[in-house]
Amino acid sequence: MKKKLLVLVSLILVFTGVLSACGKSGSGSDQTFRMNLTTEPPSLDVAQAQDQTSFTVLSGLFEGLTRMDKDGNIIPGVAEKWDVADGGKKYTFHLRSDAKWSNGDPVTAHDFEYSWKRTLDPKLNPPAPYAYQLYYIKNAQNYNIEADNPNHISDPAQVGVKAIDDATLEVNLENPTPYFLNITAFFTSYPVHKSAQTNANWAAEAKDYISNGPFKLSTWKHGDSMELVQNENYWDKKDIHLTSVKFSMVKDANTELSMYKTGKLDWAGKPTGDIPTEQLAKFREEKNPELTIKPIASTYYYNFNNEKKPFNNVKVRKALSMAINRQDIVDKVTKAGQTPAYGFVSGGIHGVSGEYRSEVKDDYFKEDVAEAKKLLAEGLQEEGMTSMPEFTLTFNEGLHKEVAEAIANMWKENLGITAKTEVQEWKIFLKNRQSLNYDVARAGWGADYNDPMTFIDMFTTGGGNNDIGFKNADYDALVKEAYATSDQQKRVDAMAKAEKILIGDNQAIMPIYYYTSAQLVKPYVKNYVVDFGGNIDYTRISIEK
Amino acid sequence: MARYLGGKFVNIIVSLLILATATFFLMKAVPGDPFTQEKAIPPEIKAQIMAHYGLDKPVWHQYLIYMKNLFQFDLGESMKSSNRTVTSIIADSFGTSFKVGIIAIIVSVIIGVYLGMMAALRHKKFIDNFFMFIAVLGISIPSFVVGAMVQYFFGVKFQIFTVAGLEGPLDYVLPVVALSTLPIAFIARLTRSTMLEVLTSDYIRTAKAKGLTPHAILWQHGLRNGILPVVTYLGPMTANVITGSVVVEQIFGLPGLGAYFVESITNRDYTLIMGITIFYAVILMAARFVTDVLYIIIDPRIKISGGVVKK
Repeated sequence: MKKKLLVLVSLILVFTGVLSACGKSGSGSDQTFRMNLTTEPPSLDVAQAQDQTSFTVLSGLFEGLTRMDKDGNIIPGVAEKWDVADGGKKYTFHLRSDAKWSNGDPVTAHDFEYSWKRTLDPKLNPPAPYAYQLYYIKNAQNYNIEADNPNHISDPAQVGVKAIDDATLEVNLENPTPYFLNITAFFTSYPVHKSAQTNANWAAEAKDYISNGPFKLSTWKHGDSMELVQNENYWDKKDIHLTSVKFSMVKDANTELSMYKTGKLDWAGKPTGDIPTEQLAKFREEKNPELTIKPIASTYYYNFNNEKKPFNNVKVRKALSMAINRQDIVDKVTKAGQTPAYGFVSGGIHGVSGEYRSEVKDDYFKEDVAEAKKLLAEGLQEEGMTSMPEFTLTFNEGLHKEVAEAIANMWKENLGITAKTEVQEWKIFLKNRQSLNYDVARAGWGADYNDPMTFIDMFTTGGGNNDIGFKNADYDALVKEAYATSDQQKRVDAMAKAEKILIGDNQAIMPIYYYTSAQLVKPYVKNYVVDFGGNIDYTRISIEK
Repeated sequence: MARYLGGKFVNIIVSLLILATATFFLMKAVPGDPFTQEKAIPPEIKAQIMAHYGLDKPVWHQYLIYMKNLFQFDLGESMKSSNRTVTSIIADSFGTSFKVGIIAIIVSVIIGVYLGMMAALRHKKFIDNFFMFIAVLGISIPSFVVGAMVQYFFGVKFQIFTVAGLEGPLDYVLPVVALSTLPIAFIARLTRSTMLEVLTSDYIRTAKAKGLTPHAILWQHGLRNGILPVVTYLGPMTANVITGSVVVEQIFGLPGLGAYFVESITNRDYTLIMGITIFYAVILMAARFVTDVLYIIIDPRIKISGGVVKK
């Protein structure tokens, strides 16, 4: 019996050894880049995509009229050059003749016109959630919104985008939009191949997928993995070194890290993965050379319910904001090298000539416990209250709990007030926040495009993302002023004034920190780009082992 | 027999209807919808999308439409993964869960029954105590601990197996270990206690008296009776394991059904929630149905006449 067992065990061991030896293929310096998406991209249809995972995949598969270089400057993509006329309201794009789809068809101006009008089509199946990214185009909104819209335009010919010929695309805008060339680099503006007309499910599987970017979709195992391979028809093929990009979809951050450590991934962490907080702190401590941490254009803040007593009182809001220690929160709780925030617009966003945040300092207020105490007492008195009532600080699952508890503690210690902390399931949390059913709630905002406006226009009266009940006519007027001009100095001045009203004068929200993006990258991965918003550009990577 | 099974079948259909109805209304009672998100979609666009999926209609109307489609075996389209049908999502992911699950069950039954029998034969000896100690450990350590442990030691530290994914046959080893620890322990204890009872019963004594070999007594007479509770346990366990363990799939990055269970609810992907719930219920009920049939085959004492089980 014992002998048999021994034989069995040794057999298993030998077998295991042989098989695992077979499994290891010589990797050499093959040009393959592997990263984790964490989840299945919800959609690879240009019209349906609206999240970072989908975007990460799409950015390798497609190319817009313009694209961004490694420093975030706009450079030609499918469009070779463009002219701007009519005070910044008319763009004429001249397309390169050698741009081709992955099936060999030429990419024409008609493909862009078709794609944009398809996204704006109210009858698209299902209607495009991100259609509003194209509302800069003349009549786009009124064409897109059909129900309960007296100004609905049913004729797509009236939408301000038109292919004059195969190589010329004319775009008319509603307002002068200085960052429109950023929009044309954004995934909602990618072209779609005409075969989508007859094949509504073109983006559901790898086999029918046609794209025009550096890579094409080779395999898509739903929920498991995805592989992009080089598109031999891409016009700028000489700059593409990778022959294959492999995405896995592993949900567990610890597993992702283990895969990175065992050489199954070349990249771990943001934007589509994650490094567990404690591990990240350890890597920072030991100064791991593979770890990079970069500020990105996103802000972490708390919403005050500006309509609810006593948070309707500016002194109370200021008191709460001034009584916490932001440096302690980023050092001891979040631990990913974030910077304390005293403004709303994050770093990494263009201003007039340099960064907005270096041109307009975020010194709207200072942390000051004594002053906070005074303001709280005054504020409560103005509201006819004798003491701060117990209130609730709500947040969703994740590290937000630790942040909330730290802040509640600081309030308790510094102001002697009690905030109950309450975690809520994601959608319930969002629903409560959007319907102003909260006292103080966690929030975060990331830039859609590289302009302060992506933050500033959020809190206009009645705005779709204004979930704090903030109403300020001066603020609205400044946003309008910035919209109406293409003079960047005037725009930035107006937006800076608006930010001062929002934070400095009203403390309508409580900024906490500016996000960072942390990733582990193998040393042989060269020429990758993490842009201002934290998105990865892997298209020009080369593997140098 | 046919009437008995027919009755069971009707029972299953009625249960499924009740379950689908209850799930539908509970699901709708939870706040939020598939299109509530951090960057709010402008209300006019959201209204158009809601109308596209019929979510603007009263809940009872939505229910009637859903049930009508369900009777035509149409589970609808996922609201989160546009362009994909619920049926294709389930079909894609169930394959993985099923493969890993079936292997785990076979391994559990073989090892569990073997350990249980060995322990029973050497009752109160070292082997018995040792196996039962292991079994207690196996029952009390949750699968995510086992999963994380084997992953760390065999995947990261010694690098014998791959950390995650299912590319080769060896990649199944770690998830199967994580999945089968609990069932092995449970089956071993079940088998041991029943076998102890069986081994002291009259018919075993008779068999011994007839001069049958210990081998024949154990495998033909002992096991057949001793395995009955295992079969009972096997029904729900099979349903449970083959539909995917959320935790084990997450740790080993397996593209199984388990993950969709949780995600569909977080996303309020209504059609997917319904589809998976119904699918899971069908599997569970089918497993129980098979268990009932197996019972009749294995236990000669169970006789069926006129649709009633007599024991």
